[in-house]
Amino acid sequence: MDYNQVKLLQEIMEVGFALIETNLYLDTHPTDERALMLHNTHSRKYNDLYNRYSSKYGPLTYTGMSRCPWEYIQGPWPWEIEYEKCHWD
Amino acid sequence: MWIYEKKLEYPVRVDSCNPTLASLIIEQFGGADGELSAGIRYLTQRWTMPTNEAKGILTDIGTEELAHWEMIGTLVYKLTKNAPVDKIKDTPFAASYANHGKSPFPHNAAGVPWTATFINSKDDPVADIHEDMAAEQKARATYEHLINLSDDPGVNDTLRFLREREVVHYQRFGETLRIVEEYKDSKKYY
Ligand SMILES: [Fe+2]
Repeated sequence: MDYNQVKLLQEIMEVGFALIETNLYLDTHPTDERALMLHNTHSRKYNDLYNRYSSKYGPLTYTGMSRCPWEYIQGPWPWEIEYEKCHWD
Repeated sequence: MWIYEKKLEYPVRVDSCNPTLASLIIEQFGGADGELSAGIRYLTQRWTMPTNEAKGILTDIGTEELAHWEMIGTLVYKLTKNAPVDKIKDTPFAASYANHGKSPFPHNAAGVPWTATFINSKDDPVADIHEDMAAEQKARATYEHLINLSDDPGVNDTLRFLREREVVHYQRFGETLRIVEEYKDSKKYY
């Protein structure tokens, strides 16, 4: 997996993680408007990155579109990737 | 239903080939307080939860635990994938290798296989959420033991991330407990 692909995938993972956090928080604070705004901002960013990645490298889930052959099964799979060092905080 | 997303929750890096460390980390793959137990426990308890907040949090934390299970499997896989058999022979990983080769398998660090007796579901939201809060603390303690035992910087980075998640889950379950208790009180009339 080349550098640009890992980098874009890790950006998706990073924003995806922010969404996991806002999701759990909103489950127990469903009327917190600031948290909702934060969630919606990340949601928009996530969808943009997700679409950019899929159109370049193929779908990350089976519901996505693919060129031929079926790009979803192309390696490396998530446990095989050599990730770049990252500092999320 | 569930949809698989072809990515990890967090980038799992491993800086060494270390079958011994893999055999310790397997505790969180198939042990009593591991990620599989957590995921199956929370997802099982959802059906009898009284409030939407509780149904939501058990669904979403349960799902996140399965993503953690995938991360633990990745640690074990990466710690052993380049190990020749003679580097496995004299390590504790050899016992697992005899049966499963290099496949991560849900047993604990002592080889005891995963069993549903590690979890419970009581059709009693207060009892269930108390179990869940205890489970998060026990998982946090296990991660601290594993961090003490590991000197691989990449592995420790992932273990610290997972430890932190247990702290957040504990917090969310505490809020859920308050919500279901308030719900119970509002339903009480004598
Ligand atoms: Fe957890």
